[in-house]
Amino acid sequence: MRVPLTWLREYVELPADVSARDLASQLTLAGLEVETVDELGSDLTGPVVFGRVLEIEELTGFKKPIRYCRVDVGSANGTGEPQEIVCGARNFSEGDLVVVSLPGAELPGGFRIGARKTYGKMSAGMICSATELGLWEDHEGIVVLPEGFAEIGADAIAALGLREDVLDIAVTPDRGYALSLRGVARDVAALYGVALHDPADVTVAGATGPGHPGSVEDPARCDRLVLRGATGFDPQAPTPLWMKRRLHQSGVRPVSLAVDVTNYVMLELGQPLHAWDRDRVNGAIRVRQAAAGEKLETLDHVQRSLDSDDIVIADDSGAQAVAGVMGGLDTEIGPDSANVLVEAAHFDAMSIARASRRHQLSSEASRRFERGIDAAGQLVAATRAVELLAELGGATVETAYTVVDESTPREPIVIRASHASGVAGVDYPEGTSERWLRAVGCAVETDGDLLRVTPPTWRPDITDPNDLAEEIIRFEGYENIPSIRPSGSGRGLTSSQRLRRAVGRVLADTGYNEVLSYPFTAERDLDGLQLAADDPRRASLRLANPLSEEEPLLRTTLLPGLFKALARNVGRGLTDVALFETGLVYLPVPGATRAPILPVDRGPSAEELALVDAALPEQPRRVGVVITGDAERAGWWGEGRAATWADAIQAARDVARVAGVDLEIEADARAPWHPGRCAALYVRVEGERVLVGHAGELHPRVVQAFGLPERTSATEIDLDGVERARTDSPAPTVSTYPVATQDVALVVDASVPVGRISEALAEGAGPLLESVRLFDVYTGEQVGEGRRSVAFALRFRAEDRTLTAEEAGAARDAAVALATERTGAVLRG
Amino acid sequence: MSAPNNSFDPVEVTSLHPDEVARMREEALAAIEAAADLAELKEVRLAHASDRSPLALANREIGALPPAAKADAGKRVGGARRDVGQALKARQAVLETERDERVLVEERVDVTLPWDRTPRGARHPLTTVAERMTDVFVGMGFEVAEGPEVEAEWFNFDALNFQPDHPARSMQDTFFVEGPDGGESGLVMRTHTSPVQIRALLSRELPVYVVAPGKTFRTDELDATHSPVFHQLEGLVVDKGITLAHLRGAIDAFVESVFGEGLRTRFRASYFPFTEPSAEVDIECFVCRGASVGDPDRPCRTCSSEGWIEIGGCGVVNPRVLTAAGVDPEVYSGWAFGLGIERTLMFAHGVRDMHDMVEGDIRFTSAFGSEN
Repeated sequence: MRVPLTWLREYVELPADVSARDLASQLTLAGLEVETVDELGSDLTGPVVFGRVLEIEELTGFKKPIRYCRVDVGSANGTGEPQEIVCGARNFSEGDLVVVSLPGAELPGGFRIGARKTYGKMSAGMICSATELGLWEDHEGIVVLPEGFAEIGADAIAALGLREDVLDIAVTPDRGYALSLRGVARDVAALYGVALHDPADVTVAGATGPGHPGSVEDPARCDRLVLRGATGFDPQAPTPLWMKRRLHQSGVRPVSLAVDVTNYVMLELGQPLHAWDRDRVNGAIRVRQAAAGEKLETLDHVQRSLDSDDIVIADDSGAQAVAGVMGGLDTEIGPDSANVLVEAAHFDAMSIARASRRHQLSSEASRRFERGIDAAGQLVAATRAVELLAELGGATVETAYTVVDESTPREPIVIRASHASGVAGVDYPEGTSERWLRAVGCAVETDGDLLRVTPPTWRPDITDPNDLAEEIIRFEGYENIPSIRPSGSGRGLTSSQRLRRAVGRVLADTGYNEVLSYPFTAERDLDGLQLAADDPRRASLRLANPLSEEEPLLRTTLLPGLFKALARNVGRGLTDVALFETGLVYLPVPGATRAPILPVDRGPSAEELALVDAALPEQPRRVGVVITGDAERAGWWGEGRAATWADAIQAARDVARVAGVDLEIEADARAPWHPGRCAALYVRVEGERVLVGHAGELHPRVVQAFGLPERTSATEIDLDGVERARTDSPAPTVSTYPVATQDVALVVDASVPVGRISEALAEGAGPLLESVRLFDVYTGEQVGEGRRSVAFALRFRAEDRTLTAEEAGAARDAAVALATERTGAVLRG
Repeated sequence: MSAPNNSFDPVEVTSLHPDEVARMREEALAAIEAAADLAELKEVRLAHASDRSPLALANREIGALPPAAKADAGKRVGGARRDVGQALKARQAVLETERDERVLVEERVDVTLPWDRTPRGARHPLTTVAERMTDVFVGMGFEVAEGPEVEAEWFNFDALNFQPDHPARSMQDTFFVEGPDGGESGLVMRTHTSPVQIRALLSRELPVYVVAPGKTFRTDELDATHSPVFHQLEGLVVDKGITLAHLRGAIDAFVESVFGEGLRTRFRASYFPFTEPSAEVDIECFVCRGASVGDPDRPCRTCSSEGWIEIGGCGVVNPRVLTAAGVDPEVYSGWAFGLGIERTLMFAHGVRDMHDMVEGDIRFTSAFGSEN
């Protein structure tokens, strides 16, 4: 809502020294957020004066007709001689009153006026158009003022109101009243404690009889309708300059007097109006539901197919307007409309909001109706409009008019007088609530400790006790609320929340950079992962309104996002890139039904909640990792080490280790990994082995599809799954007896995974084993084709004694024996 | 080892002969003098001053002497051992000094050589800022509540007092999730962290003091200041006797902790369906502290010369929300806030462009490390 300050001041006795900035900041704190203060004409400097065209000489021989004019500007030019000005416009005649900017003036936009030679003549100044003066957009020519508008040579800047401060207010959805000068004025009057002159506070003489017939079908959706006519209107009558200027300053384009008047009254009072060409209305005006599929061409020249939920204004020929949203072409007021019918109605806000959204049509009217207008302002507004048509367009106001009123009075809201104090935590003095509530227009009755408050018709947003509290608190000022530190009795972060932080830290400390990818993805990404047609990861949720049709799906894996971030880094010239992400994936639940909309007038039952939650996808938290380039850099210390599948698996181990969980690792072949370099990752949950993820080198096709460097490796692990495997581990007993170390080298078939051998060694070694660690793998002639030698360091230690060489040897032999039994490993001689 | 033997002839114990003791002493002193460095001296100590050195062995033989001879022999051997000990100590001091002066100097390395052998990673600054913000409230006894990102419309809108056709609902630019057959699913990508308020009230015992950091989604194209995926920190308190004063206190504590002491905060009346009254929260610009307002010569990029920076919204929990969550608004009251995590990062660390936060360029994250 754009509010020109001089217009606002017509309704509020605001002290002259209150600046636009001060007003803006007061209004902003009170809930009418002033986004900008436009200082129109602030870059305008005179002299800009009124002049009379004395003589016009038509210059010929140029591409377009040019006029050389002598203009009387009185003594404004210092000489009293007529000013000689070359002008390209043709919409004026000798004797016309015009606006002249003299040399030295600067017009809006940094346009400097000087004396210069043009078209073979000296031109000293400019005869101005409305656009040049910043009055309104007009490319028809220069401004010609009505006779007697001003003295010749007088300053035009003040007289035309070329300088104006305009507040641009971002009105929140609850404050529909502030979409009018009247509404803003009321808040300003309250804020500054000054008198308000409510432009709607007028008495309208009763109707001398019924006017144009009108009816309302459903009072629940339209409870008030006023039809008031004006006859003998001069459709050619111009809109006066002051009205056009105000409309322009308020962001409304001037069109014609009849339309301008309805817009002006809407800005003033907040009541949208529609002006009908009465001669084109066929029969009674009815407010009714549209028939499904009913057609209407609206003012924006769009043929609309109506919905049975739309409200229309219809006559005997059919729908003529989408109520509260936009009028139709057929009955539009035109250049020959002499009889005007002004319609003002009050529609149900939700109905208008639905229609506006359905037709994707937002208008000045719909914005107001859907936020809520003054429910009782129709007659005053329609009357104000026809009176302006009479005053400015020579019309005669009809004393007979039609009022349909099916409204019901509002019930008072009862609150304790101390309610606002309790909400704010401030002990407001007695009478404070009543004072502010009356200032916003409420009727307040005191009943002991209670207040019975009836909100005014223009405040449909006030329905609850806290709505009243807000009115009091915003005028009392939020700055007067004390600051008291709250104190809960929380038990800190949960173990799950601590785990997530720790996982992030360990990955960061081992070289990975966290990314936060968008969860939007596409079939193309799933194809790139080389997922089979029936891979469950292809079952994705789809957005009804994705930002881009290229990415309409929600991710079921973190990997594509990580791949893209990696490719972006590599594309920017970085070679060693290791990334991780912790985030949710969205896994649709087969057979899920629509999530019900539960009631809100009570808490939901457990069954109702279960129904809602059953409709939600599973949203497990995953950790993804991707790495390329060197895991260790080359440098003055020697060679670097390229990142491999092993780094990816180690990242998974590190994640599990943070949780105190051991990963069991097994070879697997699963997209998007290299089938020979893919590890399945398992944890134990209450003895059951549970798959929690995969890690390894990516398949070359995946590398190609996502434009990744060769041998890029990746991991994806389900953090929720790892968390479920957590157990409370008791503190170990730290033995201070000496360690006995035994190394064993075993020769096994090369296909036997090392994991199985070390598992067997550990199990066979028994309780004396402290640790087992692989320290060498050897293949070559000495061990034979298809076989390899694996060397382990076993450390033994007892809790209560120094182990003898015999004891350690026996434990080693038992370890080897079990490894031999399980894997066919042979102790290397 | 050797038992006293009174019949033993002391003259036959050669190692205790004065000449022999003198020889052992001389030998030890010579070896000590000859030791070139501390390692050699260590060897010499083992050879001439340990329990198995000749003088130590000779000392053991004293017990075998007749009482009359013991004192004399003991004096002789003890003197020799004391001399050797002193010589060792002196030589040790000399060699340590030499090491300090020469060897350690020769062993000097270039400590400015880089050791960036293993690259370090970093957590995303949005993550660490969110943790920092969260911890301010954890310190005031709040717990951290959570909820799903794909959320039921009822939680995201209805329970929060968004009427089905209220303009506020379309204000939110919601991503809607399609149902299985292209129909309606009743699900959205949550447009704010506020549905966690409802989940917290439904799942926790009263009173409730929680914050909920998390991802939120709106259909905004990515540009310098917008992203379709962004992060909020929700706060909710529901207890008996809770007022706006406690909300101010919570916000002030947050601002002081994250932006520094002495910054003013202000509430501006605003509108959210789930709070009534509602307010936007501004903090005084920590760069210009308002000095740029109305002074075109000193423009402030941080606050656009407005003097204040908006950091979030807040308000008294609308009693209708409490009702929808099964809490009696006659008994309990509360407040809630939502703070922008991106905004906090942008202001706290001077991040200028949203692109930096979403693109995952490691040059951006590396600058922050794993805590900040």
